[in-house]
Amino acid sequence: MSTLTEADVTSATAVAELTYREAIAAALDDEMAADPAVVLLGEDVATEGGVFKTNVGLVEKYGPERVRNTPICENTFVGVALGMSLVGLRPVVEIMFSDFLPTAGDAIVNQLPKYRFMSGGQFAVPVTIRSIGGATGRFGTQHSATGESWFMHLPGLRIVTAATPGAAYELLRAAIRDNNPVILYEHKGLYGRKGPVRRGAIGAIGRAAVVRPGRDVTIVATLLMVERSLQAADALAAEGIEAEVIDLRWIRPLDVETVRRSVERTGRLVVAEEQVHAGGWGATLISELTMDGLAWRHPPLAVSLPPDLPIPYSPPLEDAVLPSAATIGAAARTACGR
Amino acid sequence: MATGSVAPDRVGWFRKMVEIRIFEEKVQELFMTGQIQGTTHLCQGQEAVSVGAISAMRPGDVQTNTYRGHGEALALGMDPEVAFAELMGRVTGCSKGLGGSMHLIDVSKGNIGANAIVGAGLPIAVGAAVAFQIRREPRVALTFFGDGAANIGTFHEALNMAAVWRAPVVFILVNNQYGEYSPVRATTPIDDLARRAESYAMPGRIVDGQDVDAVHAATAEAVARARAGDGPTLLEMKTYRYRGHSRSDPARYRPPGELEAWKARDPIDILGRRLADEGLLSPEAQDRIRAETQAAIDAAAARAAAAPYPTLDEAARYVYAD
Repeated sequence: MSTLTEADVTSATAVAELTYREAIAAALDDEMAADPAVVLLGEDVATEGGVFKTNVGLVEKYGPERVRNTPICENTFVGVALGMSLVGLRPVVEIMFSDFLPTAGDAIVNQLPKYRFMSGGQFAVPVTIRSIGGATGRFGTQHSATGESWFMHLPGLRIVTAATPGAAYELLRAAIRDNNPVILYEHKGLYGRKGPVRRGAIGAIGRAAVVRPGRDVTIVATLLMVERSLQAADALAAEGIEAEVIDLRWIRPLDVETVRRSVERTGRLVVAEEQVHAGGWGATLISELTMDGLAWRHPPLAVSLPPDLPIPYSPPLEDAVLPSAATIGAAARTACGR
Repeated sequence: MATGSVAPDRVGWFRKMVEIRIFEEKVQELFMTGQIQGTTHLCQGQEAVSVGAISAMRPGDVQTNTYRGHGEALALGMDPEVAFAELMGRVTGCSKGLGGSMHLIDVSKGNIGANAIVGAGLPIAVGAAVAFQIRREPRVALTFFGDGAANIGTFHEALNMAAVWRAPVVFILVNNQYGEYSPVRATTPIDDLARRAESYAMPGRIVDGQDVDAVHAATAEAVARARAGDGPTLLEMKTYRYRGHSRSDPARYRPPGELEAWKARDPIDILGRRLADEGLLSPEAQDRIRAETQAAIDAAAARAAAAPYPTLDEAARYVYAD
């Protein structure tokens, strides 16, 4: 199976209003129905639809061999997925909290992205990791990370984020069909959101999405920050500032080109990140654009987590550290000289 | 249906063990003259484990091994020239020269991995085995790893998962007495690592890793058990590496006399004596095999050294698959 063409993307047959979690389940269902090589594994993925109910109905439909509960051992079950992929399966691994990704650190850093390379191209490694992350849930400091930039240094890996039900559906299907290891980051604060899903559509690899056009300032965001950036854009519009909002989607490969086209018009950039800014996609994006000699009308701004504070449990504090529509809007105003 | 249903080619085993020994000695020489760079982890002394276990595999079976994996790669039938080319970083190597000494991989021969991270090959083998199980294919996965790996998490996690899922996998613990520079008992509170199988409800067997017949018999039994759907086995091969951990290690930490005691039970000599006693291969014929193999290995190394290096453009093609 290969990656997609524009024709695939537009081959959607029906649009349904689904929740983000239903969109995940629909993508898994459609891929498992299309290809018997697709299997799902992880902690409690086959029990009661999974901890976040993203796998509802799958074990009943596809059986316990293809929807497998694993012991609690991330490094090994990601390695097991790699082994499955080497002999023709197309495994999807669920990581219950993105904070657990580092326990699979060797598999993610040394195995998945290097396996094809160090064998001189003898293998493809079609492994998808669905990683469930993000704050707002009062889960405390070890269950709230997005982790979306942790592994962006690694050639051989693809990294993608899902901000809406439609994106979650299309990007998960794209990830499963890709012949490379992909980490898809989901946000657990979004599971209840509803939105249009083009059933049958498959997203394009490495393509950001302009989700609101505007001429004055470019706001780039991922995951929950896309929703908050759109809220900020609504407020800004009332003040006469037209913000363009880009859902970055792919962190590796990073779609610098789509952002560049926007910033060449606006001259102003705000990156909205549910992560520490240093060492992440926002910093990389600014670096790439600046090195290319982009003419800034205002220096780029980052709205992000505090650099030296883990995410706190205490509810008012968790709310305070996260970028909000208000703080994103304030940065956009600053960029526009207001 | 067991692998041993065909009479094993023990003369072939002898040839292969001699090939591995001479290959490794040649690698050492090529390092000294700078034709191979970086590091290498040699397996002289462990040839019976590689050959005895690999010969219990059937076509379609797979295995993973480690950075000390030249023996397994050759036992699986890799052409020594291709192996040398890989060690020399040439494009004619099995991994296009991108892998090097620690990654002699050849999927066409069931060699789906040679890993430079201790313990990383075990989950990969379990994954392959589970895939066979899901597809109802009568195939088995083997995984070779050292005594040092018995103390890393993936060993315990992989044995546990394989047992829970009754995966058709054989865990081959190559106990060569040292994890890097440390003797087993300095890092591990028990002598017999096969005992750890009990925690994972699978058979654990101690095998004389210098005796290729014993290695083959134990592995064939474990492979048959796995193929029959009866689940995994842990085999602890008691063996010894004649060289240090890696190229830069002269192994001065070994007590006097230890190396000599193990060499008195050299696996090639043990098999050679047996074949001579049984009238299958005379000492003179054995000498001829050694001489022929030496010549073939020397020629293979020379041919490998004449091959070109890969280009960066070629390397870039192997990062992502289409």
